[in-house]
Amino acid sequence: MNKALDVRGLTTRFETRSGMVTAVNGVSFSVERGRIMGLVGESGSGKSVTGFSILGLIDEPGKVVAGEVLVDGQDLRALSPDAVRRLRGARVAMVFQDPMMTLNPVLRIGDQMAMAVRVHEKMSKRTAWEKARQTLEIVGIPSPAERLKAYPHQLSGGMRQRVAIAIALLHRPSVIIADEPTTALDVSIQGQILAEVRRLADETGTAIVWVTHDLAVISSLADDICVMYAGRIVERGPAEDVIGAPRHPYTVGLIGSVPSLHEPGTPLPQIPGSTPQLSNLPTGCPFRPRCPRATDICASEPPIVGEGDHTVSCHHPMEAP
Amino acid sequence: MADTVSAPVEARPARFRNFCADFARSPVAVISLILIFGLLFVSFAAPLVSPQDPYDLAKLDWLDAFLKPGTVGSGGYVHILGTDNAGRDMLSAIFYGLRTSFVIGLSAGVLALVIGICLGLAAAYFGGRIEALIMRIVDLQLSMPAILLALVLVAVLGQGVGQIILALVVAQYAYFARTTHGAATVERGKDYIEAARSTPLPTVRVLFRHLLPNVLPPLIVVATVQVASAIALEATLSFLGVGLPLTEPSLGSLIANGFKYIHTDRYWLSIYPGIFLMVTVVAINLVGDQVRTVLDPRQNR
Amino acid sequence: MLAFLIRRLLQAIVVVFAMSLIVFLGVYAIGNPIDVLIDPGATQAIRQQLIEQYGLDQPLWQQYLTFLGNVAHGDLGKSMVYNISVTSLVFSRLPATVELVAVAVFLATAIGIPAGLYAGYRPKSLAARAIMALSVLGFSVPTFWIGMLLIMAFAVNLGWLPSGGRGDVGEIFGIHTSLATADGWRHVIMPAFNLSLFMMGLLIRLTRAGMVEAMQADYVKFARAQGLPDRQIVFSHVMRNISIPIVTVFGLEVGSTLAFAVVTESVFNWPGVGKLIIDSILQLDRPVMVTYLVLVVILFVLINLIVDIVYARLDPRVRLKGGK
Repeated sequence: MNKALDVRGLTTRFETRSGMVTAVNGVSFSVERGRIMGLVGESGSGKSVTGFSILGLIDEPGKVVAGEVLVDGQDLRALSPDAVRRLRGARVAMVFQDPMMTLNPVLRIGDQMAMAVRVHEKMSKRTAWEKARQTLEIVGIPSPAERLKAYPHQLSGGMRQRVAIAIALLHRPSVIIADEPTTALDVSIQGQILAEVRRLADETGTAIVWVTHDLAVISSLADDICVMYAGRIVERGPAEDVIGAPRHPYTVGLIGSVPSLHEPGTPLPQIPGSTPQLSNLPTGCPFRPRCPRATDICASEPPIVGEGDHTVSCHHPMEAP
Repeated sequence: MADTVSAPVEARPARFRNFCADFARSPVAVISLILIFGLLFVSFAAPLVSPQDPYDLAKLDWLDAFLKPGTVGSGGYVHILGTDNAGRDMLSAIFYGLRTSFVIGLSAGVLALVIGICLGLAAAYFGGRIEALIMRIVDLQLSMPAILLALVLVAVLGQGVGQIILALVVAQYAYFARTTHGAATVERGKDYIEAARSTPLPTVRVLFRHLLPNVLPPLIVVATVQVASAIALEATLSFLGVGLPLTEPSLGSLIANGFKYIHTDRYWLSIYPGIFLMVTVVAINLVGDQVRTVLDPRQNR
Repeated sequence: MLAFLIRRLLQAIVVVFAMSLIVFLGVYAIGNPIDVLIDPGATQAIRQQLIEQYGLDQPLWQQYLTFLGNVAHGDLGKSMVYNISVTSLVFSRLPATVELVAVAVFLATAIGIPAGLYAGYRPKSLAARAIMALSVLGFSVPTFWIGMLLIMAFAVNLGWLPSGGRGDVGEIFGIHTSLATADGWRHVIMPAFNLSLFMMGLLIRLTRAGMVEAMQADYVKFARAQGLPDRQIVFSHVMRNISIPIVTVFGLEVGSTLAFAVVTESVFNWPGVGKLIIDSILQLDRPVMVTYLVLVVILFVLINLIVDIVYARLDPRVRLKGGK
């Protein structure tokens, strides 16, 4: 059983003022041990909600209505809430976007980490602090003993995010979901964190789902990529394939709009139209209104086509090389 | 990153309509609003809707004293809420008393609002030592409870409508000043104020045409709470005997009058004015609550 | 931290002085104490004697200095009405007020905060909505009116509790207080409950708002993602964060409660300092008024100081910055 995380047909709905919205629609993907999966999409594509759904952190007015979430072969959706809570942080952990908001400002780092340790393992406070200190070392924080005694506002942004990653690593989980962890940081720090994460995945064998809107970041980091649009996965495959030879028109547009992947001086293509309203999606393929290749058949559910690991959900995918 | 754009670009009438629609989502608030209008109406139309003018001494008859609610008095009409110790029809007395309460509460509230806004805007706009001075005084005053301030002022200035209003205004302007200052401080950092400042527009114009409209929403909430508080405070002062003189009674004085008879069975002398007072104050607070909920950007999901 | 304390202490002292001056001026300068106090029919000789006795002929600044000097000696003058020293007058009535306020604050906190916590934790539940509705009544309906209702219900109609006055005084740990006797509690419970309602209403709303906001905060989501159970999240994470605004308001509200005791004491005929101040205002007994107000100011400044210190302790962001 090599798949640390196996998501099948995950569907999450929200009750809003304008009606029922399906934020995550039949999402399926899997991540093997030690691999990094990039979950890419614009705001509103449902990528963050997917992450929360996997951890069972969806609150009213939202609800996960269908699908299976298998962590190391065990379906989290079939477990009681208390059982899921016990796996959270231990087998599957999460890193959030803004560490200033996710770390409690009035508690010391050491206290917060010790709490995270002791909720899953019985040990004394002193031992928990020691474990926290060791984990801080692993993520490359200098003088970890001092840092434990500090408050979050006394650390830099990059340092705080490393602490958040350390907390996620405390119990050596099989899966870590990282929700836009570098978006709130300076570009230079971003690079460091990316390198750290790559190293950690290789050394500890943790499967990582890296949720982001930034293709440039993901192209250098991920082993595999899933592209999300309006709650669905529209393309999936190994990173080189998806980026080098994208098949879904949306992916093509996405890659086309990344400046760093372009020749300087060439005009930047844009995807026409704007982000879809989830409460107002067309029938069939959600990308239809903005797609240059759309025809009448696109009003029906697109099939999943492709060879091997590289699949795409489209009636008119670009030619495979 | 903080956004530097001001309020949404919807046209004013659309915003107001949205506001009303949102407000109407709480049936309790709507009922309260209707009640308030009803009370305002009867109080200001008191001479027209009351069966009796309770302060026209010529019309009073001692034989009418202490009539139970529902009895017919010497005037030939039913005293729906009974009569008091001097033969005054309670319903009429309550309507007139409501009027006094409203007049005092509203004028005190409005005056305190105006003074508070001016001070708060000035403090936020000019900054530096002026701001420090004004806000220190405001903070100091906020830490003194309104009732004590009012008590002392009334004691020193004497009794009467003008004095009470003055006491209430002094006790309350600080809330408005602080709220205005707080909201204005947030706004002044925004670009559109910088832009306005760099033009040759006079300061007052910038303050009132640009800064004020964006500072208004939290002020409305504070205003409703303060008006209710002013009404309650005046009633308390009158009840304690340091408020309005008995020739111009408010609901508080009526209750105080009835308090003397609390051990006998003549509950109606104080219960009914009290109920009216309670309904008025609670209704205003409920409306203010709903306004606050609607205007709070975070609560609008 | 020490620098912070000293700075606040100095500020406090300045404030007390400023306020005492304002109070003094306000009470003695406005209106004419001579006319109030002395019977218009009194002879010129008696008038002169009284004027000299009270120092009313001296220029105002001199009166103020005399006043300050007296205060330094603990002499706050004699009540113009009761003709005994103000200090003994005030201090004889103080214990009653302290009892009342203490019980009221206790009730407000012990009921208000847990109710608010629950209402914030399960905001859509029936209990939460009921609590919120009642809290509106608590702080909007005038205290004296609720007091009257309570008297009518529990004293006049049901006869369970006495309608006023203070109960028998007993002794606990060497302190004379009516809280030491059952009869004392029978008398204090209604007025204290009445007095507590305002603060209770505010505490409920504040705690609830803090809870609702905290439960949506990112650090709560993060704590959940670590597998922490809700109960632990509320106690270890949330309480620390919401206690900050609550403590600030708490201080203010104890002051407010002290002020409102004036009303409650009148309604329930409670022989405390509050009733004293009302009477002295009605009778324009200025020494008593001044003393009471200065005492109140000192108390408020003290409360604010304590609140500031506690706040600094709770919020490390303030402590570490303000100590420089």
